Amino acid sequence: MTELTTTAMPAPPGPLKAFWQDFSRNRGALIGLCYILLMLFIAIAANLISPHDPAAQFREHLLQPPVWHADGSWRFILGTDDVGRDILSRLIYGARLSLLVGFLVVSVSLVLGIFFGVLAGYTGGVVDITIMRLVDIMLALPSLLLALVLVAIFGPSIVNASLALSFVALPHYVRLSRAAVLREMTRDYVIASRVVGAGAWRQMFINILPNCVAPLIVQASLGFSNAILDMAALGFLGMGAQPPTPEWGTMLANVLQFAQSAWWVVTFPGLAILLAVLAFNLMGDGLRDALDPRLKV
Amino acid sequence: MLSFILKRVGLAIPTFIGITLLTFAFIHLIPGDPVLIMAGERGLSPEQHAAMMTQLGLDQPLATQYFHYIWNVLHGDLGTSLTTREAIWSEFVPRFQATLELSVIAMFIALVIGIPVGVLAAVKRGSWFDHVSITAALTGYSMPVFWWGLMLIMLVSVQWDLMPVSGRVSASLFLDPSDPLTGFMLIDTLLFGEAGDFWDALHHILLPAFVLGTIPLAVIVRMTRSSMLEVLNEDYIRTARAKGLSRLRVVIVHALRNALLPVITVIGLQVGVLMVGAILTETIFSWPGVGRWLIHGLEQRDYPVVQGGVLIVATLIILVNMCVDILYGLADPRIRQQRGRK
Repeated sequence: MTELTTTAMPAPPGPLKAFWQDFSRNRGALIGLCYILLMLFIAIAANLISPHDPAAQFREHLLQPPVWHADGSWRFILGTDDVGRDILSRLIYGARLSLLVGFLVVSVSLVLGIFFGVLAGYTGGVVDITIMRLVDIMLALPSLLLALVLVAIFGPSIVNASLALSFVALPHYVRLSRAAVLREMTRDYVIASRVVGAGAWRQMFINILPNCVAPLIVQASLGFSNAILDMAALGFLGMGAQPPTPEWGTMLANVLQFAQSAWWVVTFPGLAILLAVLAFNLMGDGLRDALDPRLKV
Repeated sequence: MLSFILKRVGLAIPTFIGITLLTFAFIHLIPGDPVLIMAGERGLSPEQHAAMMTQLGLDQPLATQYFHYIWNVLHGDLGTSLTTREAIWSEFVPRFQATLELSVIAMFIALVIGIPVGVLAAVKRGSWFDHVSITAALTGYSMPVFWWGLMLIMLVSVQWDLMPVSGRVSASLFLDPSDPLTGFMLIDTLLFGEAGDFWDALHHILLPAFVLGTIPLAVIVRMTRSSMLEVLNEDYIRTARAKGLSRLRVVIVHALRNALLPVITVIGLQVGVLMVGAILTETIFSWPGVGRWLIHGLEQRDYPVVQGGVLIVATLIILVNMCVDILYGLADPRIRQQRGRK
């Protein structure tokens, strides 16, 4: 009797592994991810690694230049601002604030956006029309302008600004999840579970939703960068975090007067915003390419 | 075709009504007494308070108030500014001209640089030029506009003294108000100014326009590149090449024409981006436009200005998006049918 020898086919990679293979091939996305992880570490360990209290004013060191300048010192690595606060410490605490705001804005708008989007897509009819009309109205206004108006109504503070930014980010999530639900509704598995007797809520959030997450993850990543950018813009305009909160945008309000005398006061906070936003955008691009081949460009 | 246009216009009307509801609700959403908040530290006597309630119509029932509001809006009456006592509309027009001038130049800069760079990046895919353009575009796309403006002022205006820091023209420049001025500085200085005035205005607008155009520029580079890449893979491009047409002709005449279609939509979408950018850019460069006016209104709690300004801006965006959709439908029959069926 001859023995049958079978050579095993290499098992296809699991979905997570396949995703990581695609994602890690994108060098930009990896750089973005590393930077975000670094920021996360800095944010969590802010009180351990920051050299000074972000609000402490060193009156004898006003507008001291960064360490590599002739007048700089290791005590204030990135220099001090006009009231003698250490810029590096403020940037470190600012990272905590920016990530927190990003996380808050993305999670609130994601949860509400998914809820209304799935509801609109699954229910159809009047509910769908009402929700989508509202979304159209919100999209007719530039998001920052709408956020500004909301903050003006409820008063400028970082909490109000975050809520306003969550609100103006809603339409994108509503649209995405509605479109995804509409696409899934005709699939066999949805029809099958309806035949078996699954109720509307089970259909919407347990059966259909998990199959719609890919575009939502991508949008959430880009939502992070938008939230950070818009919060900084609100802070810059005096409508977000209020001084002396070490928020990156707020640090840039009224700094034009130092353009001639103290470039570091102007340069570093903006650089922090740019790098953070860039990192989330890079990761978002990578996620999109890895998760959603149809969106590949 | 006509039904497509009518349908698209019909779609814009409920959005407009929604926006009027939103701007109407604005003043009622303010927690507390809006009149007292508007008065702020200036304070009000009870008589003034009552007079202001009447002026704003706040003593009427809500439905009546909304009806009055819509009636006035449709007749072009957007109320009066609390700080200057001028009609909102007559405050808006000259500022809008300033913003429009800035936006047009910004868009011009974005297109003139963006399309060639995008095309070249696609044609030379994988080259160093491509890599540099993609990186620069993504950086531009992530740019905090207000910081970018500050940095450029610091370098170009303060360090190198190449361009003025703020304003539309130098303070010494005089334009005779009895001339039929258009409100657009570049045109007015060219037609009615003295020699050198036009250069003065151009000098003032270049830096803010470049700052405002940065994000549209980045978007246009990315969009043109990806759209060109898609088109360059099409069979008809290979056919054109096989027929012996030069590479340049194929790229410019055959590919670019088709690749530009999605770019046009993106340009339409940039109107909103430009408005937000204008708020930030105008604040930095002290440009007397709509953005700075709105921010000033918010800071001064001049709510009629905010209400009116937001309504006009939103209406403009609705109109532009509608026109872009219609133009797109005219250019591409597939869109027309698809949207008509919806």
